[in-house]
Amino acid sequence: MTCVRERLASRAFTAIAVVIAVLWTTPTLGVLLSSFRPEEEIRTTGWWSVFGTPRLTLDNYAEVLSGGGNGSGRLAEHFVNSVVIALPSVLFPLVLAFLAAYALAWVDFRGRDALVVGIFALQIVPLQMALVPLLKLFSEGWLFLPAWHLTGPARFGQVWFAHTVFALPFAVFLLHNVLAGLPRDLIEAARVDGASHGTLLLRIVLPLARPALVTFAVIQFIWVWNDLLVALTLSGGTAETAPMTVGLVSLAGTYGNEWQRLTAGAFVAASVPLLVFLSLRRHFARGLLAGSVKG
Amino acid sequence: MSFDAVAQQPKLMYLLQGLAAFAAVVSVILLALHRAPVRRRAAALILLAPALLLLTVGLLLPGLRTLALSFTDDGGDTWAGLDNYVWMVTDPRALVVLRNTLAWVVLVPSLTTAVGLLYAGAVVRSRFRTFALSLLLMPMAISFVGAGVVWKFVYAYRPAAVEQIGLLNRLVVAFGGEPRQWLVDSPWNVMFLIVAMVWTQAGFAAVLLAGAIRAVPGELTEAARLDGASPRQIFWRITVPSIRPTLLVVVLAQAIGTFKAFDIVKTMTGGQFGTGVIAHEMYDQAFRYGETGRGAALAVVLFLLVTPFVAHQVRARRRTG
Repeated sequence: MTCVRERLASRAFTAIAVVIAVLWTTPTLGVLLSSFRPEEEIRTTGWWSVFGTPRLTLDNYAEVLSGGGNGSGRLAEHFVNSVVIALPSVLFPLVLAFLAAYALAWVDFRGRDALVVGIFALQIVPLQMALVPLLKLFSEGWLFLPAWHLTGPARFGQVWFAHTVFALPFAVFLLHNVLAGLPRDLIEAARVDGASHGTLLLRIVLPLARPALVTFAVIQFIWVWNDLLVALTLSGGTAETAPMTVGLVSLAGTYGNEWQRLTAGAFVAASVPLLVFLSLRRHFARGLLAGSVKG
Repeated sequence: MSFDAVAQQPKLMYLLQGLAAFAAVVSVILLALHRAPVRRRAAALILLAPALLLLTVGLLLPGLRTLALSFTDDGGDTWAGLDNYVWMVTDPRALVVLRNTLAWVVLVPSLTTAVGLLYAGAVVRSRFRTFALSLLLMPMAISFVGAGVVWKFVYAYRPAAVEQIGLLNRLVVAFGGEPRQWLVDSPWNVMFLIVAMVWTQAGFAAVLLAGAIRAVPGELTEAARLDGASPRQIFWRITVPSIRPTLLVVVLAQAIGTFKAFDIVKTMTGGQFGTGVIAHEMYDQAFRYGETGRGAALAVVLFLLVTPFVAHQVRARRRTG
């Protein structure tokens, strides 16, 4: 009796899991299949009819990447922009936060604890709180700071700056937790041997902190690549400097019903984070939790 | 106009310049660290200076300035007292935004956690656990903008006379209903945006909860099983109470993330048809309508709403370790 009931119950659980899994993958599948269907067919029939009449094409991808007929799309340019934005936006906060976290964890100075709490607390500040003044700073200057008046590719500088600043509190928090947890004996022994801070930092702490650095890099990369808010406000919005997400949103807005572009575009944009996700899944999940407080 | 590879060169040059400049800065720091006497305060200052400078100029001072701007009008030129805050609680459009934000913050964490919990409970002992969890986590990598496109396609509407291309309307028609414009008809369109958000977040909840469920001591469930408890009883009476700290962490993380939801609204409706939320309305007011004061006030309210959740989260995380 118990046995039958048990099996039924566990079967109910399995059924729930299957239903959820199907609900969660079907929408993506629909977009993926549609991205390979000819334009007229996407417009007139549902994507599920592809199983009846399988006619597939790569035209949509060619069109959305290089912007066929009416010049919309051009996601290839946005793709380059996304790469140019993402690399420094990951590297800068990574290095600066590593240096800061080392100082906060292993250099004794007065006011250290207060500083640690202060930087952690900055994680709460949503980026919405800083955007308007930042934009003003770049365009008009502020206090003793001159206006940047960036144009052309130099606009990337604004975006790097913003992403670096917004990532720092979380990065310092994450790396400080790891560095502070390193065995004290190890650091003390190296110091007794006469190692300078520079040597300690590069030869001893850096190798030990590598997993945490990778976790941060993965999560920050996905965050920057998928970011829309910073990109919309600071990147200028044209194909010259704006990243993929901006290109995709403008497709969704202006050409809301051109599904052949939207579906292909969505997958071009998602290809890189999906690759990162599939190859570094462990870091992905760990980083998400660590960053759940970030602004 | 096709892709112009030559036009990309200035960008790549700029990238290289940026990286080189950064490498130079870091070299100077390391060199200073090497040369300077290892006096503690000097070393700490050298290492912390870049981060502290950036945080002050890019986050701390702008945050304070936003607070000041929220009491002004006309782009910061005239003092407006509490006008912007009064606008927020009296203007019909702003009230809709507040109502929607409330709906998001109540529904997204609870639905996400419920789905994540059921799914985690079902797959945690399965051989395909890793694969099953990846399926749910994938929408997160696709990005909010991508998720917006995916769900816009599910909700796609065409007149009743022709074949539906959106999955939802197709199902409605199959069951004899009329196709509807899901993203246009207020107030239910808010729910359809929320569904997209839940879709992106459930994997996160499932992964964390699956980890917690696996950490529940086997003797505990085994003992209950020997006492004749059914799997369902074990799940609800033993497993769920044991993972309560993680449940709290997940719910709070979802709430914090939901307050800042901007991309999905921007992609799917652009905040039209009464679907705005605070994070999106802030963008519209500050950057599209030039109402800097109102935008700043919305940002301040967002900050004030998120803070207690974060404080609670930090405490909860310390407990789960």
